[in-house]
Formats: sequence, C-alpha cells, structure tokens
Amino acid sequence: MKEIVVISGKGGTGKTSFSSSFAYLEGKNAVVCDCDVDAANMHLLLGANFKQKNDFLSGEIAVIEPTTCTNCGDCFDVCRFDAISKNDDFHIVDKISCEGCNYCYQICPHQAISMQIQKAGDIFISDIKNNSKMVHAKLGFAAENSGKLVAKVKTEAKILALKENRNFVITDGSPGIGCPVISSLSGASLVVLVTEVSVSGFHDLKRVYELVKSFNYSCVCIINKYDLNHNILKEMEDFLSNEKIEVIAKISYDETFTKAMSVAKPIVEFDKDSNISQAITKSWDIIKKRIEK
Amino acid sequence: MKITIASGKGGTGKTTLSTNLSAYLTSLGKNVILADLDVEEPNSSLFLNTKLKEQYIAHKMIPKWVEEDCTLCGKCAEVCNFNAIIDLPDKIKVYPQLCHSCYACSELCPTSSLPMEKTPMGKISLFQCDGFDLVEGRLNLGEEMAVSLISQTIEFVDKNYDGFIKLLDAPPGTSCPVIEASRFSDFVVLVTESTPFGLNDLKLAVETMKVLNQNYGVVINRHGIGDDGVEKYCQDENIPIITKIKNDKEIAKLYSGGNLLYEKIPHFKDSLDEIVAFFGEQI
Repeated sequence: MKEIVVISGKGGTGKTSFSSSFAYLEGKNAVVCDCDVDAANMHLLLGANFKQKNDFLSGEIAVIEPTTCTNCGDCFDVCRFDAISKNDDFHIVDKISCEGCNYCYQICPHQAISMQIQKAGDIFISDIKNNSKMVHAKLGFAAENSGKLVAKVKTEAKILALKENRNFVITDGSPGIGCPVISSLSGASLVVLVTEVSVSGFHDLKRVYELVKSFNYSCVCIINKYDLNHNILKEMEDFLSNEKIEVIAKISYDETFTKAMSVAKPIVEFDKDSNISQAITKSWDIIKKRIEK
Repeated sequence: MKITIASGKGGTGKTTLSTNLSAYLTSLGKNVILADLDVEEPNSSLFLNTKLKEQYIAHKMIPKWVEEDCTLCGKCAEVCNFNAIIDLPDKIKVYPQLCHSCYACSELCPTSSLPMEKTPMGKISLFQCDGFDLVEGRLNLGEEMAVSLISQTIEFVDKNYDGFIKLLDAPPGTSCPVIEASRFSDFVVLVTESTPFGLNDLKLAVETMKVLNQNYGVVINRHGIGDDGVEKYCQDENIPIITKIKNDKEIAKLYSGGNLLYEKIPHFKDSLDEIVAFFGEQI
C-alpha cells in the first residue's frame, strides 16, 4: 500500500480539486484521507455519507471545583497562559486560554483542580463515489490539536486500506508549514506539490518544499494557473528544475475549477473530456509509475 | 480599532484585502499598521514596497537539562503533560518541539536542574511601506508553536502603534492560530468566496467566532462565479455582508505579479469604499 500526499503551502491553489480527481480516477483501489481538518471540504466533492462517526478525544483542560477552592491564588501565579482569573470566592479557568499543561493541578494545595479530557472533534468514515471509502474529520470549534487529529485520520485511513487490501491512500494535506502539515506528510510514498503562478504561490512553494526536503520525501509538482504571469512561471520552472522536481502537469487559469466545485463534482467527473481532465488523468498515471519505481 | 481579516478556507483573498485596505486607508490620511499573522506562510510583504526597518528574533522558553545536581528523580517527566520530557536511566531528554513552555518541569524540579532557556522560534520584522508600516511574524521551518509567535507579533503592534487602525492578516483555518489572531480584536472580517467550499468553511469560521463572542461580518470575494449559497446563508443568519468583490481575471493577473489592485480596478476600489463606509466613524 502506497500513500500519495497532496500539499500546497498556500491555500486556494487547487489542491483539493486535484486530489479528489485522483481519488475519483482510482476508485475502489484507493482509500481517501482528508487531512485539512481545520477546513475540511473534500467530502463535498466526493459525496461522503458520514456513515461512521467517532469522537476524537485529545488534550485536557483544568477545572477548578468552587467549593474546595480557597481562593489562595497559587494556580493564578503559576499559569503562563493567563487562563486563570479570580472570581469573588474562587478562581476560574478560561477554557479557550487553558493549554492543559496541568501545572496548576500539580501545585494546588487543596486538590481543588482536576484535569478533564476534551473532545477535540469527530472522525468519520464514509462511503464515497466510485465505490471508494474516505476518512475525514471535523475539528471542534475553537479546539486545538489539529496535528494530532491529522495523525489519527491518517492512521485510520491506512488501517482501512490494509484491511480492505487497497493499493493506495490518497491524502489531501493541510495548508501551511506547521504541525498539521508535518503530520500530513508522515510516511508519504510520494508528495505532490500543488502551486499556482503568483508571487505568493511561488513563495509558499519554496517554503513548503524546504520542509518536504528536510524530511527527505520524494516529490513532483503540478503548476496551476500557469498562464497568469510569464516571468514568475519562468522563475518557478527554473527553481523546480534546479531542485530536480518533475512537473507532471501545467494547467491554465480556468473557471471550470469553480464550476465543477459548484455542482460538487471532481473535475474529471464534471467534464472528463476537457483539457484539464486529460492533464489530470495523465499526471495520475505518472504518479503511479513513479511510485512503482 | 483592531480588525482581524480571516477566513476558514485558504486562498480566498485575505492578503489581497488586507494589503489593499492598508494602502487605501493610508491614502485617505489614516494611520494604519498592518500585521501579517499568517506566520507559517507570510505573504503580505510580497505585495507591498517594503524597506526592512527592524528585525527581532522571536523566542520561546524551553527547559534545558543541567546534569550537575540532577538526581534523576523523574518528577519533570511526570508533570509534563505534553510528553516533551523523558527520564532515561542515565539522563533527562527534552523534546523542544513538543514543549508548550508551561514551566512546570522547571519550577517543580527539586534540584533546579531544568532552567528555562531562550530558544529561537522565528522572526518579527518591521517593514516600512508606502505611508504605513507592516509587521510580519515568520515561523522557522519545522517549528510547531505558531500561537506563541502570533501573540508576540500582536504584542509588538499593541506596544508601538497606539491609536492606529490595526489590520491583522490572520492564518487560514479555524483552530488555535486563528483564534489567537482574532480573540482580542474589535471586529473580524471573514473573507469567503461564493462556492460550496467557501460556504462550508465560512460556517466553520462563524461557529468559531460565536465561541469567541466576536463581532464579525463577511466579504464575499470572486462574486458572480459559483452559486448564491453564501449570500443566502448570511441572510438567514443575519450576518452583515460588508461588500461583494466581483470575480475578475484581471485581479488574478495583477495579484499574480504582486501588484496592488485598487488604483487599477475601479470596482475593487468601490468595494474598499464600502468597507470604509461600513466601519464609518470607528476608523
């Protein structure tokens, strides 16, 4: 079983349009995994049915028992996150600020503080189009730990792929270069970098590539909106060729992306004969060949 | 007034809006400071004429094991709730990336063998642009604690720009980094696009704003493409639509090259005027 992780650094470059198209093309041979748990929307394109739902428990917060609290203020003194404040007769914890470090719990002289495990989100396993399955998640509002939730989503997807003897896991990664992305990348057989031709797309590509390189993952690149700016395209292609990164598709600026999204279809389903769909199909073949090597 | 510009989905136009709005408000004679809080991928400086004025290393505090008096009692590993410390038979090992800088191990150590030490995590840069300043937080690669850098960047702005209109360009998403960038602002502008993705992520962002008890309104970008789901949702939920920016390939082209838009695209400038009118005397 091989895992392909699609990431982009910058948001809005077309990452999910491409990864859902790959998933649609491969059908039941692949398990799909949406690691953009902060703002998940791959399920919209793949018609997920939210068949199975499990709580994701992660992280703790401190809770002060008002009747035991003597208002001594020791907890307030040690908290580095300004999460504790004084009420009239007892201290209280601000749920959003609390990091769950448990320092206050450790030092409370009256054992008035307990640590409570939090529900950080939901994990779903869904049936999707083309007889495939998908693991996805929804982070709780104002919750943290999205890196841990990403790791959990990936594990579930891999277990499912192994159990059902599927050849591929196709992972839609999260944006940025921080904790959720690092988590998205772990164990990737091949990383697909999606970028767009713009100063910010190029900037974010270079930054996220540094990250990919530091973990020694092999990668290929899809350049979206390549016809927006010649100079930037040239610079981008020079950069990629210097780094020996194969460009597997160049896609022009095209509103088909949005149109397909509006009717909740991957591009290759929406208009399978279009130039874009053909380019995506070809790039998926290249990806599979690269992996077999 | 402090305004955060945020969005659930990435690539909806947060940075386009915040850079253009900063330049436009400046041209109207206002005192503006722009802060780029998308510390994982800060992009604002790419769209502005910038001259670096000052740069600081941003630190976080990490415990450093000092062997000398340590009795290997294991208290540090026991109190750490983030698995950032492991007590091995012959030494204590700290994993800096997992550390949340809570100080528990350091201050509860009976022999003071884990003093906290400054460790670089990123940079805060101050740029001079045309008529206003830009403060940028930039996280080092591989560093995971975005929230602390965001809060340090906001602190820098608060300390040095009293009385200014503060525009904060937030990271995408709905989790802790966005919350840190939004919770102490007077208003949050949620930028979205009129597509099912935009709507899905807008709903998540709105729920987050409700948890924070924040004031917020919506800017619909790339309006005219996609569907009317976002508008219907805003009407049903009584969320103010501050302006709708028309879908325009010319915007994509100018943006691609790193240009500001409002001087060249009249309908975009009209949208900025609607934003200015929305805030009225508050700015």
